[in-house]
Amino acid sequence: MTTTLANTELDLAKLDRRQVNRALQEAAKGDFTVTNPGGTHALACGLMHPVSVTIKGHCGYYAAGMNKEASVTIEGNAGTGVAENMMSGVVRVTGDASQSAGATGHGGLLVIEGNTSARCGISMKGIDIVVGGNIGHMCAFMAQAGCLVVCGDAGADLGDSIYEARIYVRGRVASLGADCIEKEMRDEHRAELADLLEQAGMDADPSAFKRYGSARELYNFNIDNLDAY
Amino acid sequence: MADYSDAPRTLPKKPWTFDDHTLSEIRRAAATGIYDIRGGGSKRRLPHFDDLVLLGASISRYALEGYREKCGTDVILGDRFASKPLHLKIPITIAGMSFGSLSANAKEALGRGASAMGTSTTTGDGGMTPEERGQSRHLVYQYLPSRYGMNPDDLRKADAIEIVVGQGAKPGGGGMLLGQKITDRVAGMRTLPVGVDQRSACRHPDWTGPDDMEIKIQELREITNWEKPIYVKVGAARPYYDTALSVKAGADVVVVDGMQGGTAATQDVFIEHVGIPTLAAVREAVRALTDLDMHRKVQLVVSGGIRNGADVAKALAMGADAVAIGTAALVALGDNDPALEAEYQKLGTTAGAYDDWHEGRDPAGISTQDPELAKRLDPVKAGHRLANYLAVMTLELQTLARANGKSHVRNLEPEDLAALTVEAAAMAGVPLAGTSWIPGQ
Repeated sequence: MTTTLANTELDLAKLDRRQVNRALQEAAKGDFTVTNPGGTHALACGLMHPVSVTIKGHCGYYAAGMNKEASVTIEGNAGTGVAENMMSGVVRVTGDASQSAGATGHGGLLVIEGNTSARCGISMKGIDIVVGGNIGHMCAFMAQAGCLVVCGDAGADLGDSIYEARIYVRGRVASLGADCIEKEMRDEHRAELADLLEQAGMDADPSAFKRYGSARELYNFNIDNLDAY
Repeated sequence: MADYSDAPRTLPKKPWTFDDHTLSEIRRAAATGIYDIRGGGSKRRLPHFDDLVLLGASISRYALEGYREKCGTDVILGDRFASKPLHLKIPITIAGMSFGSLSANAKEALGRGASAMGTSTTTGDGGMTPEERGQSRHLVYQYLPSRYGMNPDDLRKADAIEIVVGQGAKPGGGGMLLGQKITDRVAGMRTLPVGVDQRSACRHPDWTGPDDMEIKIQELREITNWEKPIYVKVGAARPYYDTALSVKAGADVVVVDGMQGGTAATQDVFIEHVGIPTLAAVREAVRALTDLDMHRKVQLVVSGGIRNGADVAKALAMGADAVAIGTAALVALGDNDPALEAEYQKLGTTAGAYDDWHEGRDPAGISTQDPELAKRLDPVKAGHRLANYLAVMTLELQTLARANGKSHVRNLEPEDLAALTVEAAAMAGVPLAGTSWIPGQ
């Protein structure tokens, strides 16, 4: 571990994952740089204080999982479940992210500057996710709350069985899932979207997006909806 | 032409295949167009621990004196990797049941009863309530596909973490909490609109197989400083492989739940036709652990239809380290009490058969979110009843263990068992009573 006045370097070529994660979890504040991540799984997970972490390279599964208050930037790609179940803070991936990005997240902001794969935002519970590129299939499946913003295209079955989360897509949507419909873009939605794009640092015109959400027709079991089950 | 009008008639005979219950279900389905949803576990006669007997001591076994000679009951769960394993006074734990399916008072009572006896209770789908955490000395926090209420603070408050892959009542099925039980508090904990039908996913959102689960376990350990025991709970479907894969993935404890294990609500057809009986599951799970040389290194908790000390003794003799009870614990709290028969009749059922837990109208105040009904359950008194029941089960367990010459219940072994039926002998892998025959061997 190398410490300067401004920054602490944690080198995974010299430290093991437990040592790095413990240092990040126990720090009440400060700036950290993690080097040589080499696709390590479960890196920078469980952070609970407003520290700033920059990971110089690619991460494996569950990077920044359950993040709370911390700001984590992955300068590279992230594996499955980046920022899964995030509570608050900001997680940014400068490259692409694999499947289940931001899964079940309760809060905070996840920014993926590149593309992400299937199930992005699955069961999201309040997290906001902004994707600069495209997303895969079954994204926002059973999404409960929060916003998923997609500057590119969305894969098949977007928003299947969605609850109260909101989806904004600028590009093409391959298909919508059960009970997910296109909805009117009102002023409050344009304002919300503009704010998210600004927070994410995305240069995109809110008026170019369409909004999708729940038709709320499958919220309670109804035999008349048999074809939808 | 002969007159046979006074001749004896054959008694009317109802078909075995189309019995009264089957006919009533056909009529109900025809009237409503909806499948039957209920709580609880399988209600049909299945091979079970009743089909085994403990042999007791004789010339070749030396008995211990009841009430005098010590017979230990404690168990350590989770010492494979966790730095703070659970040390329970008795090998009988309380299975996961959610706040939402149960009232807050019921959850508190479970915590009180379990803590009084030095054992653990378990959260459920819906997160950890302060009532439950506050009253539970040992609290196992379930990590479920829905992740309702999941947060790292509660994760760290827990004494152990149970990754739920499935449950015995419905292996391969998710949870279901119908809208009438989604009150403001339940909705808030689950981030859902009030009054909607809440479906809990049937598979985890961020992994797809055992290799992924291994990484997930690593993440949970990293978040909790490698302190908490991590259980993996599976419904009894393919217990040999599921146990082996859980061990491979790094579990400290494997929980195997047989088809008699209860659920808050699911389709009757699912409960009765998916999964295998607890008796069959125990043997296969133990075989997997033994084959991997991990028996007693990774602990096995068995659940699904455990009712008394005899069931516990037999499960331990087959190789389990502990058991978990759910339905029996609810009965100890006051569920299905004949004293409430008049109210059960109003609901179209009878004490002992009430299983419409999903409707939230439980007159015992247990499987409800109705504040007036929930008030009927005094968590202190109900917790005391549960503690009494656990004490009786433990005394029964010790009695049977001593009779088999064991100074600790963990020393019960398959050689202490015989089977009363060919089916039970085959499933449990113990000899048919009076023979040395184990079917298949």
